[in-house]
Amino acid sequence: MSDMNFDRLDIRTDDCMVYEKPLDTLLDVPFHYCPGCAHSTVHKIFMEVCQEMEIQYDIVGVAPVGCSVFAYHYLNVDMQQAAHGRACAVATGIKRVMPDKLVFTYQGDGDLAAIGTAETVHAANRGENFLVIFINNGIYGMTSGQMAPTTLEGMVTTTSPHGRDIATQGYPLKISELLANLPGVAYVTRQTAYNAAGVRKTKKALQKAIEYQKKKLGFCLVEVVTNCPSNLKMTPLESNKFVEEQMLAFYPLGDIKVPGGK
Amino acid sequence: MAKAIGDVVIDIERCKGCELCIEACPEETLGLTHVINSKGYHYAITINSTCTGCVNCALVCPEGIIKVYRKIEKKSA
Amino acid sequence: MGEIRLMKGNEALAEAMIRAGCDAYFGYPITPQSEVLEYLSIDATKRTGMVVLQAESEVAAINMIYGAAGCGRRVMTTSSSPGISLMQEGLSYIASAGLPCVVANVNRGGPGLGTIQPSQGDYFQSVKGGGHGDYHLFVLAPSSVQEMVDFVREGFDIAEKYRTPVMILSDGAVGQMMEKVELFDQMPRKTEFPDWATTGRKRGQDRTYITSLFIKPEKMEMINLNLQAKYQAMIENEVRYQSFHLDDCEYIFTGYGLGARICQKAMEMGREKGYKIGLIRPITLFPFPTTIFNEMASKVKGILDVELNAGQMVEDVRLSVEGKTKVDFYGRMGGMIPSPDEILNAFEEKFINGGAK
Repeated sequence: MSDMNFDRLDIRTDDCMVYEKPLDTLLDVPFHYCPGCAHSTVHKIFMEVCQEMEIQYDIVGVAPVGCSVFAYHYLNVDMQQAAHGRACAVATGIKRVMPDKLVFTYQGDGDLAAIGTAETVHAANRGENFLVIFINNGIYGMTSGQMAPTTLEGMVTTTSPHGRDIATQGYPLKISELLANLPGVAYVTRQTAYNAAGVRKTKKALQKAIEYQKKKLGFCLVEVVTNCPSNLKMTPLESNKFVEEQMLAFYPLGDIKVPGGK
Repeated sequence: MAKAIGDVVIDIERCKGCELCIEACPEETLGLTHVINSKGYHYAITINSTCTGCVNCALVCPEGIIKVYRKIEKKSA
Repeated sequence: MGEIRLMKGNEALAEAMIRAGCDAYFGYPITPQSEVLEYLSIDATKRTGMVVLQAESEVAAINMIYGAAGCGRRVMTTSSSPGISLMQEGLSYIASAGLPCVVANVNRGGPGLGTIQPSQGDYFQSVKGGGHGDYHLFVLAPSSVQEMVDFVREGFDIAEKYRTPVMILSDGAVGQMMEKVELFDQMPRKTEFPDWATTGRKRGQDRTYITSLFIKPEKMEMINLNLQAKYQAMIENEVRYQSFHLDDCEYIFTGYGLGARICQKAMEMGREKGYKIGLIRPITLFPFPTTIFNEMASKVKGILDVELNAGQMVEDVRLSVEGKTKVDFYGRMGGMIPSPDEILNAFEEKFINGGAK
C-alpha cells in the first residue's frame, strides 16, 4: 500500500467535523465484540440516538445473557443485567415502578425467541411501554455457534452440523411478524446494519421507537438482522454478504407494524 | 460548482481490520495496511485523496473509531 | 394498639404488604396462596399506588421483582412450593446482585405437583439456598397470622439493611387459617432511592449498573466473600427464636411454624403428665439459632424435632447439638398434619419407654 500521506490537516477543524461517535453516551472502552460484529455498530447507533435526543439520564436498559450481556460496559446509561430470556420481565418490573422513565432491552435471537419467548410474548401482549432492540444474527454467539430459533433452513451451526433440518429441528421463527399481531404492540420494524443505508434506517427506526415510547403507545420492537462472522466462520465482509443474500431473503426488511396501522 | 473535500481520522489502535469501511466507501479512499497495530490487526488508512466526507465509513464502523471532516470548496471560475 | 381484625393468613400478609409501603407485587396464581394476589387486586393500587401485576409465570414474576428491586423499590412476591421452585434461578441472581426483596412461600405438600395441604418439605430449599451457587435467603418462619403480618415489615427491613432476598417460609395452614391480628399503621411509600439503584443516570456521573456476571474468577470470588461476610453478620446479629420452660426442662421439643404450634400443645399435655418438657421454636431458620441448642444440649436428656416433612431442620438441630444429647425426629409428610397426641406418644416411645439413658 502506498506510503503517501493524504491527510488534509487543513480541514480537520471542529467546524468541518461531520461525524464522531457519541462521546457522552458511549463509554470510551474498546468493544470486546469480534471484528465486524454489528453488536458494536448497533450500540453506537442507539447511543447516538440517546445523546441526540438527550434521554441518557431518563432511560434504563436491560442486557440479558448473550454476546451483548456486557453492554453496560459500553452504554453510558443505567442498566441491569438479566438472566437469559428474562429481559422482558426485568424490563416490565423496571417500567412498572418507574413509568416516567424510558426502558429498553437489548436482546439476541436466542434470548428473545427461544428461552425468553413467554416473557417476550406476554410483555408485548400487555402492551408494556418499553423498546426491545432485537439483534437477529441467526445463531448463538456467546456460546460460540449453536443453532438459534432464527437459524435458517439448511444453515450449518455446531448443533445443526448437517444444516438445519426442518423435520427434526423445526422452522426458523419470524418472531417479529408473530408479535405484530398483538394489539398491545405499537411498532415493529426490521432493519439491518451491515451497510451505511441500513445504519441510517436503523437509527431512524430507533428514534421513532423512542418517540412512540414517549407517547406511551405501547410495546416497540426494532429487529436488526445482523452478521456473526466468527461463528459463521466467515470474514466480516462475507458474513455481511450472507446477511444480504440469505438472511434478508427470509427476514425481509421494513416496517411490519406502525402506530395507526400500516 | 462547489466541491466537497473530505478527510477521515481513524484510531488505528482500535481498528480490527474488519474492512467494512473499505467496502462502504464509494470513492475507494480507504485500504488495509500490511503492517499491524498493537493488537495484531491490519488497520484501515486512507490510500488516496478522493474522500468527499460522505460519512459512510464512519456509519458502518463497528468500533466507532472514524471521525469525518468535510469542507465545501467553491471551485474557482 | 393497632387496628384489630380477624383475618386469613394470606390476606393478612397482603394487607401488611400494603401497609408496609410496598411499591410493587408481582405474582402468579397457585393454591394455597392465590388469595394474596386476589386481595391486592381489589384496591391496593387505589390505596397506595403500588403496582399489582399478575405475571405469566413465577419465572417472570421473580424477574420482574429483580427489575423493580434494582430500582431501589420495596418489592414482594408470594407463591407456593412448585412456584417457588421456578423462582430459584431468579433468587440466585437477586442474592448475587444484592437486591432487597421479600418472597413468601406458602409451603404445600410435595414433591412434584403434590397436594395443597400444608407441608414443611421446602425447608432445605429455603434455608440451604435452592438455586445455584453459594448464597442464602434470610428465612423467617411464621407460626401465626400475627407473624404473617409482622414478618412482612420486618422482612423488608432486613432485606434493605443487608441488600438481600428474605423469605417468609409459611405453609398452607398458616396461610389459610383465620386468627385475630393487630395491624400496624400505614407506612409512607419510599421517595428516595439508594445510589446503587438504576433510577436513571445522574448528571455529571457515569451510569450505574446491576449485574451478577463477573467473568474474572478473582472478582467473582470477591463477590462471594462479600456475600459470606453478609451472612456472617446475619448469624451474629439477627438470630431469633422463641422458647418455653428452658429453665426447668429435661427434654425439649423443637419445630418451626405449624410444627412448633402443635409441639406447644404436646408440651403442655406432657407437662400435665409430669414430663418436664421445654420448647425451642426457631423464628429465623437462616440464620439458625445454633447457640441455644448447643447450650441446652448439655442440660437435657433429649430433643424431639417435629416437622411436616421427612426430617430436614433436624439436621441443623443435630449440627448445633454436636452429639451432646439424643436428638430424635417425628414427622408427617404429604400434607398430613401430626396431632399433639401423636407427638406425645412418639416422645414417650422414643425417650421414655424406649429408654433414653
